[in-house]
Amino acid sequence: MSHTATTSHETGGKNPGAHPIVGHLVPTWLLVFVGTALLMLTAITVAVRYIDIGEFNIVVALGVALVKAILVCLFFMHLRWDRSFNTLVFIVSVVLVLLMMAFLIMDTRQYYDSQFDGNAPNVESTLQANAPGAPVARFKPYSP
Amino acid sequence: MTTLQSQPNHAADAHGTDGAHDGAHGSAEHAKYPFLQHHFDTPYHQFDSAKLGMWLFLATEVLFFGGLFVAYAVLRNRFPEVFSYSSHYLDTIMGGINTCVLILSSLTMALAVRFAQTNRRTGLIICLILTFMGAVGFMVIKYFEYSHKIHDNLVWGTTFYVPPHDAIGEAETKELSVAPTTSITLNPVNPAVFAVPTLAPIPAVDASAIKQASRAPVGLATPTQMAHAEGLPTGEHDPSFAHPATHLVDKKMPANSHLFFAIYYAMTGLHGVHVLAGMVVIGWLLKRAIRGDFSSDYFTPVDVGGLYWHIVDLIWIFLFPLFYLIH
Amino acid sequence: MTTINISQPLDTAARPDNYITHTRGFMSWALTLDHKRIGVMYLVSVLSSFFVGGVFAMLVRTELLTPGQTIPGVTADVYNHFFTLHGAIMVFLVIIPSIPAALGNFVMPIMLGAKDVAFPRLNLFSYYLWIFGALFTVSSLLLGGFDTGWTFYTPYSTTTPAGGVIPALTGVFILGFSSIFTGLNFIVTVHKLRPPGMTWFRMPLFLWAIYATAIIQVLATPVLGITLLLLIVERAFNIGIFDPSMGGDPVLFQHFFWFYSHPAVYIMILPAMGIISELISVHAHRHIFGYRFIALSSIAIAIFSFLVWGHHMFISGQSPLLNTLFSLISFSVAIPSAVKVFNWMSTLYKGNIVLNTPMLYALAFLVLFTIGGLTGIHLATLNTDVHLHDTYFVVAHFHYVMMGSALIGMIGGLHHWWPKITGRMYNENLGRIGCIIVFIGFNVTFFTQFFLGSQGMPRRYYDYQPEYQIYHVISTIGSYIMASGFFLTAYYLLASLFGGARAPANPWGGRSLEWQCASPPPFDNFATQPRVGDCYDFSAIRWDDKEQGYVVDPALDPTTNPRLAAKNSH
Ligand code: HEM
Ligand SMILES: [Cu+2]
Repeated sequence: MSHTATTSHETGGKNPGAHPIVGHLVPTWLLVFVGTALLMLTAITVAVRYIDIGEFNIVVALGVALVKAILVCLFFMHLRWDRSFNTLVFIVSVVLVLLMMAFLIMDTRQYYDSQFDGNAPNVESTLQANAPGAPVARFKPYSP
Repeated sequence: MTTLQSQPNHAADAHGTDGAHDGAHGSAEHAKYPFLQHHFDTPYHQFDSAKLGMWLFLATEVLFFGGLFVAYAVLRNRFPEVFSYSSHYLDTIMGGINTCVLILSSLTMALAVRFAQTNRRTGLIICLILTFMGAVGFMVIKYFEYSHKIHDNLVWGTTFYVPPHDAIGEAETKELSVAPTTSITLNPVNPAVFAVPTLAPIPAVDASAIKQASRAPVGLATPTQMAHAEGLPTGEHDPSFAHPATHLVDKKMPANSHLFFAIYYAMTGLHGVHVLAGMVVIGWLLKRAIRGDFSSDYFTPVDVGGLYWHIVDLIWIFLFPLFYLIH
Repeated sequence: MTTINISQPLDTAARPDNYITHTRGFMSWALTLDHKRIGVMYLVSVLSSFFVGGVFAMLVRTELLTPGQTIPGVTADVYNHFFTLHGAIMVFLVIIPSIPAALGNFVMPIMLGAKDVAFPRLNLFSYYLWIFGALFTVSSLLLGGFDTGWTFYTPYSTTTPAGGVIPALTGVFILGFSSIFTGLNFIVTVHKLRPPGMTWFRMPLFLWAIYATAIIQVLATPVLGITLLLLIVERAFNIGIFDPSMGGDPVLFQHFFWFYSHPAVYIMILPAMGIISELISVHAHRHIFGYRFIALSSIAIAIFSFLVWGHHMFISGQSPLLNTLFSLISFSVAIPSAVKVFNWMSTLYKGNIVLNTPMLYALAFLVLFTIGGLTGIHLATLNTDVHLHDTYFVVAHFHYVMMGSALIGMIGGLHHWWPKITGRMYNENLGRIGCIIVFIGFNVTFFTQFFLGSQGMPRRYYDYQPEYQIYHVISTIGSYIMASGFFLTAYYLLASLFGGARAPANPWGGRSLEWQCASPPPFDNFATQPRVGDCYDFSAIRWDDKEQGYVVDPALDPTTNPRLAAKNSH
């Protein structure tokens, strides 16, 4: 991980015209290739939208998006040649989002069924809906 | 912690850790590279630090948007029918074109970095201009999408309930007793205190004239309930009036469809703000590129600004399927 | 740079040219990129905010002296504004930036042996973000105030008639970014600016703590940002995501909020723990016990802190499944915290303890943090929390950890580094008296609240049953005692600026790098790269009468005396 290793082909500014002294030089053909691949993947994912494959629609759409994202990260954002710590930082942030998402979906799925629209049972009979400060009764009580 | 070795081996230490700076380089480097800041040893040291800083910032961006993605997931999980129904109101073709525009501008940004690295100023300037135009194009298309939706009253929150004037009769509009669409009004909660411009409807009646019960506990009363408490007709016995949250033009629309549009505007809106910020960044890079600031020795701003632009693209890559490609 | 000349004197002689005198004039401070000046500006701003927050605290306590109205004119509604402002100012303006941004900015690069933080301009920008955030938050007072509590729970916060909610939210949003940029800067600094010899496991524990804090700042604060943004939008435009009457979900807001705010409590406590590690080893003149354990427990805490947010929502409607999970994980946070406490105790054991002001603060921290942490365990227990949630028990708990630990740690650190920052010594006896008064006042105020809470007095209430009054009176008296202690502290610290004795470079016998530069430090910290050794090895430190401070004796130092090194390795 020392910088002599990561910059082995970048010869310390001795040849500044041809090579940057820092960073990685990505060949043009590779960038254009990745760009084309991204456009094609977009076309594919749009096309799949018009086919009904049920549950798999979202799987395909997100799968394609994931591939596109990885391409952008690796090549446009140079992660392929960059320090692995930068990749780690990025992955940790994504993992945290996924963690929060998982916990919240787990939680909300459980309590939505116990949530009901309007007042708790018996509140309506004990409270006059028109009393000042009283909660307002909803039109449709929750029915499972 | 073991006791110290007799003499710390500097070279080994510096290289054993991730690039802690290597004191061997000295003022010679600083004389050679005017852009090198005093607390960095080499251009590489400075570049490397800037990159780590940017990646950390990108991580914060991921988490910033992450909150919205989580909200999206929770809402979609709760109201799957809303999402699959309402997404048909979005224009997949427009969204697809926008995706391509962003991808192309990402490509030109990546090329711009390459041109900067290889000392090709003209190429750099052209690529930055193309990237900038991509950003403009994206915003223009987005503008058309938004304005189309707003025209159809496919907006967020309570405003969603309001039918456009031409869709239903004059009498019905009046009956619903809400203000016309997208008027900038005071927050209905407390018009008196702080003038918050809002797109929410206010009841046609003076807010203070609404009976307490219809407002308290505040927040639990929908406009329909307010009307109900007022003794105004609410249309609740009308079979076509499926739910207070139903968009009146499309009576098949499931309840709570406004939430789809709320999260749609929240996410694409925040993304749009990031595109605007990206335009500022690219404009600044362009100015410096024209001035000739960048070279193979020093292109850190281009690289780092590019990373920002790519993350904007990256987020859109996920927004697009999540909103436009729901079956 | 690779060989060290033993006879080369350390760069510690007080010089007329230091960071304070280097340049002059208002603009030289306002536009400074020097981390030391930015740290001092933060310090002044944070301490002023502490004063403002303290005034509101006194108002709250005084109002609670009797049931019903006590202070003329303070109605229940006004009272709500008071405690909200008190909480928001103390949390967002004082405790979160206090140690990292103020003390951390000052000492962190010096301790590391760097010339500055990685991004000096970003550092200044963070400071101005802090200023703007503070202005927005406080301006809410003029725009109708806000009465939501510092937690901004929906749907109350989206519907309260108070007009200052949106400005306050905006202010906290901006403060969040200030905190993010500080954290980002520190992470890069620790990674990239360590000088030769400063390996990860040679870093002072304060730096480990600051580093762990910075991780949380960077990873948690954006979620607060988006939450507040959604809340602003919700309040201004009624988008309904958090509004139950529109199909939204208020519990979602709480999830979002605590996803940030539980890690945020570790943003507050971790740096204080770092300070305590320094104080205890330096003032007990003993090598820190279990260096690696303390260092890695900071990282462990940072990681765990992301997994326990739900313990604030046990009775908010969170599902039993997650309640159980979060309760379980919350218990496990106690482990790394206890690891630290035990290591500090072991460091003290047979140490050469000097009971000066920083040490007294460190000891106070140990007591108060233990109480605070253990009551956290009570609260993390599901069935107990049903009774204790939203009572004064919670108030007591978090004051023990936030004020009794985080703030006391910060004040201890302030005393520890005061000679370094200002170049002056404060009055040691007044310092000790001040610390003792604060400690007594604190316990009188908040220990009482444990009784109050366990007997059922809810928090944030204006009025109460007469049987609670005796506790409220005791608590209020305690708060007056504490306030007098703080005034005394402020007095002698300020007085030291004018009449204090000149501070030597190393008044306490510390070994980390900040004690190897002059007091106050020169503009560029070190004229020559300092020598990095084991910063907890005090064997080579001896008192020097001429210096009136401690010096490193090369003859006693294994890094410079090969004979000693050979002996040590056996
Ligand atoms: C040993 C570790 C800790 C545990 C297990 C713990 C546990 C808890 C629990 C379960 C609650 C919720 C109580 C309720 O609302 O019913 C709570 C509240 C709180 N804790 Fe802790 N805690 C710990 C350490 C800390 C630390 C170190 C801090 C701050 C520096 C802190 C600050 C707070 C705050 C501010 C609240 C109240 C938030 C509010 O509702 O306004 N805690 N703690
Ligand atoms: Cu917590």
